[in-house]
Amino acid sequence: MSTVAGAHKQRTPIRPARVLLHTFLVVTALAWLAPLLWALLAAMRPYAETSEKGYVSWPDKLTFDNFTNAFQQSDMLHYFGTTLIVAVPAVLLTLLLSSMVAFYVSRFDFRVNLFLLLVFTAGNLLPQQVIITPLYRLYLLIDLPGITMSGKLYDSALGLVLIHVAFQSGFCAFVLSNYMRSLPHELTEAALVDGASVWRLYWQIVLPLCKPAMAALATLLSIWIYNDFFWAIVLISTGENMPITSALNNLSGQYFTDPNLVAAGALLTAIPTLIVYFVLQRQFVSGLTLGANKG
Amino acid sequence: MTATPAKVPETADEPAPGPAPTSTPAKVPHGHKRLLTRRDRLTLGLMAGVPTILHVALVWLTALASIALAFTTWNGIGFDSIQWVGLQNFRELFTSNPQFWPAVEHNVVWFVVLILLPTPFGLFLAVQLDKRIRFSRVYQTAFFLPVVVSMAVIGFVWQLVYNPDTGLINSLIGANKPGHYIDWIGDPDLNLWAILVAASWRHAGYMMILYLAGLKGVDPALREASALDGAGEWQTFKNVVFPTLRPTNTVVLVVTIIEALRAFDLVFVFNKGAQGTELLSILVTNNIIGESSRIGYGSAIAVVLLVISLAVIIPYLIATFRKERRA
Repeated sequence: MSTVAGAHKQRTPIRPARVLLHTFLVVTALAWLAPLLWALLAAMRPYAETSEKGYVSWPDKLTFDNFTNAFQQSDMLHYFGTTLIVAVPAVLLTLLLSSMVAFYVSRFDFRVNLFLLLVFTAGNLLPQQVIITPLYRLYLLIDLPGITMSGKLYDSALGLVLIHVAFQSGFCAFVLSNYMRSLPHELTEAALVDGASVWRLYWQIVLPLCKPAMAALATLLSIWIYNDFFWAIVLISTGENMPITSALNNLSGQYFTDPNLVAAGALLTAIPTLIVYFVLQRQFVSGLTLGANKG
Repeated sequence: MTATPAKVPETADEPAPGPAPTSTPAKVPHGHKRLLTRRDRLTLGLMAGVPTILHVALVWLTALASIALAFTTWNGIGFDSIQWVGLQNFRELFTSNPQFWPAVEHNVVWFVVLILLPTPFGLFLAVQLDKRIRFSRVYQTAFFLPVVVSMAVIGFVWQLVYNPDTGLINSLIGANKPGHYIDWIGDPDLNLWAILVAASWRHAGYMMILYLAGLKGVDPALREASALDGAGEWQTFKNVVFPTLRPTNTVVLVVTIIEALRAFDLVFVFNKGAQGTELLSILVTNNIIGESSRIGYGSAIAVVLLVISLAVIIPYLIATFRKERRA
């Protein structure tokens, strides 16, 4: 985004202020990465070595053994699976539902639109703990025999998907309705005059034009839902049903018996988010600022 | 839901501006409705209704239920055992809970620290990175990395830094021998500040990204004019750039308050909200999954959290939407 035309760059003479700025930025950036690099170093050293020489010492041996051990001992593959079962439907459903609301609010000027948007956005800003007590009780009350493994909404992937969708659709509806409002009104008018149905309008005309915003939101939602800790800690009781981020808390006591394994396990958990971030950085950042810019 | 559209009065009577022929409804957004069939209305009703019902049922009705339950005691077994107790939960909370006022104080400290240290630092970084410099992207990636990683992972990573026996800090300063321990995680005078370092580490990157987006919207001509007038870098920032960042500052303020109220994961992973790090969110959760399951009492704490949140959210949203309507 902020890259300058190449020809311009080369001719700028080296100024002391710039050198100072770069020095400052390099030092600060390294300091910022230090905790993560420290974790990486700990994860790559054998426990026997660090317990003997201490953690602040020159490493004799760097291996990925801790990573493979952490991965296998805790059956991490299983937890990546439980995460996908929650995250994929949650992201898709959130985008579908919030884009429908946004379509309604931005294209059809019915009296309720502002109020509706207000309800959605305010709901998204609430701290999760405000609603958790009744939600927890509600999930225990709802019987779903045969639909979920637990027979209830509590302790099920379905329950997690629903609360993610309900909670996150607020933010997405807000962002998407702003985006849709910027599309020319003539577009849908013309189609309506031609006799297109509302659904076609939404699915074939408006939605394809929202691809950039949807891509940004999908990236953002994937990372948020993957990183969720609180909902799963409270609404899932069986350790094995937890998505990876929440499962980490249990695993760290059970399987990750030394700090090196904990570091390896924590970093393994972070890898998918880091991949998504590095590949889709632009989408992620634009998604985050889409909502904020409109303040 | 499906009934409302029919009752909306027609507003197509305002004359279309310009020479455009009045027969096309293109300029009048309300003209839509006349073209809708019954099926379209049903579709629209479902499109708006289904998400709204899900959201309202799971978010707003539960928030209302929190308020209602706050005035009761309930052991969770059967609805018959719900008993109305009036303000008793709140009275107990405000006068005899040893954790409540510390928790409020910690939430306030959390906000004050975030707004005073990492927020201005994030702004500072954004201003530096906004100066057409090389490798700006690389620096941004480094500063923003903590925001992408989950709070839970951040908690584990910082435990490796703070662990009294094996952690980086104590190993470096030689405080990891018995008798010299500095217990960053357990000591109630230290642990909040230790966690706040981790929280600030993450918050600065977040604020940097928000400010970078805000700075992109500052008209370069303004800056040039200020520079031509002989203003220095700091003066230009103070008198020209910062005032135009006002909308961003509002967002930053709201985001920071919400983050301070939501703070949970990091503390829970770090030390489960032990003495010194109590937060309102932790107290609510302890009344659900902790040893003491007191539904009414936990709800009373949630109501305190709700009232503070709404006091921030509602004025912000009203201002935002009012501006949008004018635009």
